[in-house]
Amino acid sequence: MTRTAKVTLSASLLLALCTATSVLLLRHVDQVRPTATLDEVLYLPSPKIVKRLSLGYDGLMADIYWTRAVQYFGGGHSQGATEFKLLAPLLEIATTLDPHLIAAYDFGANFTAPPLPNGAGEPEKAIALTEFGIRNNPNEWRLYSNLGFIYYLEMKDKAKAADAFFHASKIPGAHPFMILVAGRMAEHTDDLETARMIWETAYESSKQPEIRANAGAHLRAIVVDEDVTALETLTAKYKDLTGHFPAHFSDLEAAGLMRGTPIDPIGHPYKLGAEGRVEVVDPDNLPFIQKGMPPGYVPPAKPKFLPSDASAK
Amino acid sequence: MNIWHIARNTFREAVRDRVLYNLIAFAVLMSGAAVLVGQISFGIERLVVVNLGLTAISLFGIVIAIFIGIGLVSKEIEKRTLYTVLSRPVQRWEFIVGKFFGLAGTLVVNTFFMALGVFAALLYVAHAFHKPDAWILVALYFIILEFVIITSLTLLFSSFASPIMAAIFSFALFVIGTFAEDLRGFAAMTHGAERWLATGMAYLVPNFSALNIISLVAHEQGVAGSLIFYNTAYAMFYAAMAISGAVLIFQHRNLK
Amino acid sequence: MTAANHMPSIEILGLEKTYQVGFWRKRPKLALKPLHLTVNEGEIFGFLGPNGAGKTTTLKMLMGLVFPTSGAARILGMQLDDPRMKAQIGFLPEQPYFYDYLTGRELLNYYAQLSGVAAKDRTRRVGEMLERVGLKDAANLQLRKFSKGMLQRVGIAQAILHDPKVVFFDEPMSGLDPMGRREVRDLMEQLRQDGKTVFFSTHILADAETLCDRVAIINQGELRGVGTVADLTASVQSKVEIVWSGTALPVAIKSLHAETKASGETTRVVVQETQQDAVLEILRREHLRLISVTPVRTSLEEYYVGRVTPPGANGAKAGGLA
Repeated sequence: MTRTAKVTLSASLLLALCTATSVLLLRHVDQVRPTATLDEVLYLPSPKIVKRLSLGYDGLMADIYWTRAVQYFGGGHSQGATEFKLLAPLLEIATTLDPHLIAAYDFGANFTAPPLPNGAGEPEKAIALTEFGIRNNPNEWRLYSNLGFIYYLEMKDKAKAADAFFHASKIPGAHPFMILVAGRMAEHTDDLETARMIWETAYESSKQPEIRANAGAHLRAIVVDEDVTALETLTAKYKDLTGHFPAHFSDLEAAGLMRGTPIDPIGHPYKLGAEGRVEVVDPDNLPFIQKGMPPGYVPPAKPKFLPSDASAK
Repeated sequence: MNIWHIARNTFREAVRDRVLYNLIAFAVLMSGAAVLVGQISFGIERLVVVNLGLTAISLFGIVIAIFIGIGLVSKEIEKRTLYTVLSRPVQRWEFIVGKFFGLAGTLVVNTFFMALGVFAALLYVAHAFHKPDAWILVALYFIILEFVIITSLTLLFSSFASPIMAAIFSFALFVIGTFAEDLRGFAAMTHGAERWLATGMAYLVPNFSALNIISLVAHEQGVAGSLIFYNTAYAMFYAAMAISGAVLIFQHRNLK
Repeated sequence: MTAANHMPSIEILGLEKTYQVGFWRKRPKLALKPLHLTVNEGEIFGFLGPNGAGKTTTLKMLMGLVFPTSGAARILGMQLDDPRMKAQIGFLPEQPYFYDYLTGRELLNYYAQLSGVAAKDRTRRVGEMLERVGLKDAANLQLRKFSKGMLQRVGIAQAILHDPKVVFFDEPMSGLDPMGRREVRDLMEQLRQDGKTVFFSTHILADAETLCDRVAIINQGELRGVGTVADLTASVQSKVEIVWSGTALPVAIKSLHAETKASGETTRVVVQETQQDAVLEILRREHLRLISVTPVRTSLEEYYVGRVTPPGANGAKAGGLA
């Protein structure tokens, strides 16, 4: 082989090898980084300073901080983080730089307000963020909806929630559920149907995969809660009729109370436990359920409600 | 051996090109800052000195790396000084590697003197050194790793592009590399074919985000040993990648 | 001069170069047609041609700076990328430019390092070279302060300081005053006496004529003739110069349409050798007193012009002659 050919070959091999190794190492660096810093706080500058440093490229910097917020939460979640102190500040910076970044407000409402480990557990900050958004985008019905969302689900303040949903319903283009939900809140109807409407609104009005996945999980939990309630009513009736609890669903069928085997939202059949209790067989994949948990079940430290959880087992 | 000779000559050229005069500008900057800081901000003098000093070292160095780097190969071709070198038993790849080490060496020496300046300013405002100050050395080491990467990239561009284009490419990659992590985040949010493209590019761009721990050490924080290890390995392999590319291109170039 | 040797110093075996020019749609531009040439050990070989003929392209290919489109070459029997070969050749490019931030001594020292001269010999060698090319006083002066002549001299020094067997000069006399050119010529003679092979390109025919053992003439990328100067000029008919006293110009001579010149008290005419007897007869008939008959040495220029004339034009001089 000529000398030139030798050099060309060696350099090509080296190029390929080093490229592959660099990429691999980069993945390692990414993994090592969050835990490599002894204190989680990355010393975020205040929004004002970031705005000045952006040299006018506010939009881009807002997007960058927004992306960081999403990655921060997703990454922390997949590593079972026990707190998300930076989520609210990151969103604050993003929205200061771009007050019209509705997606950021949506994300804040969905993930800043809920308690750990489903969110950052800071509902007051979520409210402050949403109210800032409303001031800057008075015609975005979704922001009012988010506000009601937070008040209802996390602050348990039905009055303020009703108010917010009512505001939302007034804005042209608002989701038709808004007025219904407002009404139900005002009447203190605190049922699964109300919750379902709120979560469906969230699911339909957002395009972000994290929010939709989260809403989907909540909706499935509502279905489970409803199913379990209904089925346990049936098992109680069976007990009244026969004096003992049913052993299989076929017993209920024989008694003419129902037909077929009930399936949960993720495709598994329900299970009949002792004393007429109805249980799900795979509670890990059904976060947020209030009913149907097997006895002694401890939910995992890392609940599965983000898209990244679906790929992980 | 040739590599060493070429490296030394490259260093000599940089020095005689009065590049080291930038140290004077830097010294003026640091002294001025040290004095002013004491007057203006109370309680955060150390923070400001470390932030300013390390950021200045980083930026000065990047500028030098780009300005000298873009001419490393193209200037020699333009001025035809290369002809009498390559007609000797010097292989083309030795030439490239020698140039790399020459420029990298220049930057290390430059950084060394600047580091002295920063520590001097630090001493002035804080009146003593504290244990966490040792982390500043790690930050400086990471900055040198940044230089190694940028130098290899400017060398790569210099091997085929004109000096101006090489400068633009290098500077662009520097800016993009600073946001490399965010770029990977963006890529993760795309779908389909765009995702492959975006992810591919996001991983090929130099990752400067992991090498910038200035803010951290300013707050007297440190990093894990594993990060130091991975960053070192990453910088080595990345630079080797860019240099292999430069060698490949230069090997087949007709020198008109 | 040595007798025939076993191995030629330089063998050019069909080297060809076609450039692709243009940015989007590349058009081929022929710089050198397949060239076949051999240079023997110990000879001074001149490579002549006008600007743009392909001389520099050939040299660059031999130096490995440009890659041939096809063909090959060997120097001292070795491939063009063989470092052992490169250690034994020296190259002076056209209008050279060197690292101007170095002094003369530093530059030569650097080149000595790259040529593999042992550390213990370097200082001595560099000193000798500086002396030989007359730059001893400027040894510690930065090259950016050198005059053109000084640059040429340091260029020669770097080409020979490692005692190479074959030396390549591209237009070594360009830009030099007559004194400088004389020095370069003397140096090339010395190199030949030392047993080295010298290959140089030029468009100054006079230098080639006096120095070269053999020459090759190249035009528009094509070889137009190669051989010793004597052989080449022999093919051109020789002339004689006839001088007589008085300013009379016989009609018979005038009708020859030869080059005539009257100056002072004599007249001279230059005719083909074959016409010599006829002219002498005319002078005798006219009773003109003959002063001298001198053969005019046919110059290489005649041969050159004949070869370098572009096809189609007749008798016109090609461009770029010095």
